[in-house]
Amino acid sequence: MHVLRVAVLAALLAIGSFFLLVGTVGLLRLPDVYNRMHATSKATTLGAASLFLAGAVYFGPEGPGLVSLVGIVFLFLTAPTGAHVISRAAHKMGVPFYGDADWPDPGREEQ
Amino acid sequence: MASELPAVLDTAVLAALVLASVLTLLASYRVIVGPTTPDRVVSLDTIGTNVVAIAILYAIQTGEGLFVTVSLVLAIIGFVSTIAVARFVTEGDIIE
Repeated sequence: MHVLRVAVLAALLAIGSFFLLVGTVGLLRLPDVYNRMHATSKATTLGAASLFLAGAVYFGPEGPGLVSLVGIVFLFLTAPTGAHVISRAAHKMGVPFYGDADWPDPGREEQ
Repeated sequence: MASELPAVLDTAVLAALVLASVLTLLASYRVIVGPTTPDRVVSLDTIGTNVVAIAILYAIQTGEGLFVTVSLVLAIIGFVSTIAVARFVTEGDIIE
């Protein structure tokens, strides 16, 4: 295997592991369900997308590598949608905000 | 096919696998003690994404391209289940 390809693969693996670590630390440490959702939906998506990119580099442009690229597109489409749905559900359930944060405009929801 | 990987890359993939597994176990803490139901849904979603990462790391480690497909299917199942649980929490049922 070419040395440049090995270097790119190792860098992508390191970046992906780092973002997975950041996402899980945010999930464990942040005070509020909205903050936790914010941390995990961005960082974990970036980490998994970086690992998918490592798979695309490893397997080449066809076969499993192409499936990896499709996986990146799927993650970037669905992770924000899922986080938005969860936070809407939390707000509808009446989970309070942390600190003195509040809904931006209380009348806008009903419109 | 695992011997095809250079030693440096083999170590890197193994370290990433161990890290992702430990993070998945740590995220289950929030599932157990999470104060509200949305907390549990968020952490289950995180566990799903971590398992996707583990599947693709395993695909790189063994050279089996099939596990990339496995990780994509796991991502799809995780998204659908997140939507379904969030809807069940607010509406009371999924399909009325």
